[in-house]
Amino acid sequence: MSAAEYSADEIMTVAAARQLANGAVCFVGIGLPSAACNLARLTHAPDLVLIYESGTVGTRPSVLPLSIGDGELAETATAVIPLPEIFTHYLQRGRVDVGFLGAAQIDRYANLNSTVIGNYPHPRVRLPGAGGAPEIATYAREVLIIMKQSARSFVERLDFRTSCGYLEGRGARRALRCPGRGPQAVITDFGVLRPHPETDELQLAALYPGVTLDAVREATGWPLQAAAHVDVLPPPAPTDLACLRDLHARTRAAHSTPVRIAPAAITR
Amino acid sequence: MNILPLSEAIACHVHDGDSIALEGFTHLIPFAAGHEIIRQQRRNLHLIRMTPDLIYDQLIGMGCAARLTFSWGGNPGVGSLHRLRDAVENSWPHPLTLTEHTHAEMAVAYQAGAGGLPCGIMRRYSTTDLINVPHAPVAATQCPFTGDPLTMVPAINPDVTILHAQQVDATGNVLIRGILGASKEAAMAAHCLLVTVEEQVERFDADMNAVVLPAWLISAVSIIPGGAYPSYAQGSYPRDNRFYLEWDDIARERNTFLDWMTKHVLAVRTHREQLRLLGVLA
Repeated sequence: MSAAEYSADEIMTVAAARQLANGAVCFVGIGLPSAACNLARLTHAPDLVLIYESGTVGTRPSVLPLSIGDGELAETATAVIPLPEIFTHYLQRGRVDVGFLGAAQIDRYANLNSTVIGNYPHPRVRLPGAGGAPEIATYAREVLIIMKQSARSFVERLDFRTSCGYLEGRGARRALRCPGRGPQAVITDFGVLRPHPETDELQLAALYPGVTLDAVREATGWPLQAAAHVDVLPPPAPTDLACLRDLHARTRAAHSTPVRIAPAAITR
Repeated sequence: MNILPLSEAIACHVHDGDSIALEGFTHLIPFAAGHEIIRQQRRNLHLIRMTPDLIYDQLIGMGCAARLTFSWGGNPGVGSLHRLRDAVENSWPHPLTLTEHTHAEMAVAYQAGAGGLPCGIMRRYSTTDLINVPHAPVAATQCPFTGDPLTMVPAINPDVTILHAQQVDATGNVLIRGILGASKEAAMAAHCLLVTVEEQVERFDADMNAVVLPAWLISAVSIIPGGAYPSYAQGSYPRDNRFYLEWDDIARERNTFLDWMTKHVLAVRTHREQLRLLGVLA
């Protein structure tokens, strides 16, 4: 299969989905993480337990939610619980295996910014903010990150540290005895970065077919090191691609269906 | 039981300068109540909501807010809340003071407020830069029993919490079904609780563990079918994701925003008129 037969978004989503083991309990962020988690559930990991911060536990949506609290998530969930319990009974109590996050900026130690570009009191760009990410990054046994890679988003210095990765690196996170081990992989549209076991610095671990090391380095705001061995990942399997495209097609159809409020509800 | 027209409920209970929490997480967001507040031109409000969503984008853009307490301020799955951004980045139409939390902090703050505690407690010290911003709303401490590091979050007790729910029964109790977010905690934390509902029924057909707010907790109930639209009411109508996508264009520029609000909120008298105008009544 040639590079023209799938998009960068598609191979990134498939590569991210493959990071998830069947049976894991996964706290899902909205957007790319949600697509990857549901693709995994619909392919190699049917027993993946998906938790969305809205309070849906073990949800099995047939279309991707636009928000983290769409009705589809509630209707297909094992349990719908109050949001504070998601963060206390499940996350803080240590019951989440994998947190799956995105962000606007990441640094070499996988710390994440989703708050502001510029300075906090007078930002150039006000981003949405923290949401559940800081506690997910702290408490999930491990964290996976999915982001499009560019020198603007993979930066030497974050404008704001919303969620911690390895802090200043070289064991700083382990010294704080964070319950979770921290980010284990950053899946981008070029390949996969993983932390160095001692320095904690993100290194290039894998590339997609046809992507060069120079191209990834150009899309990184710090001097990116490559691991001793850099894998070349296979192209997405046709079955994965077909499943992902069906999921997106169902989602597009669902999100463009006009909402009608029945007159019965109005006149009652 | 105190069933009031929404305009009266807002006129009686929401005042300039109040702290108000319109809760509901993606689900059951009380849009009709928010629009009534805009029509009645309340000013200097302290808006509280985990996810400001379109309803606070609208209140902020229409000049109702002086302060915002929140934990995630985007249009979920779409992008920015442009009116919130314009207020923070350019002070339009007014400067907006931010009190910014994480979701977990804000949930704990509502729980503390609901339980009559001065603050809520979380494990560990925070590792986010949010603790370094001016007036950071958390403090570090230690457990007096174990010495464990803890983070304290001051309680949130809104002057008024407003919820949307599915049903009110004949005696004024309110039933909520589906995704709750932190709405129950926000309700119990409030000094005054207002609710809009899809419908009134004689009695609920619900499990004994269902989420029911007893009538005597509630200052006023208004019956507003479709009152959460373009958010949703589980069992009645789905979230209008198409509208959330369209809002990105409507709210991006000040003039298109003001035109939309004038036509669909200020120039109509009721939520039902707005729904008719938007063509969402089947």
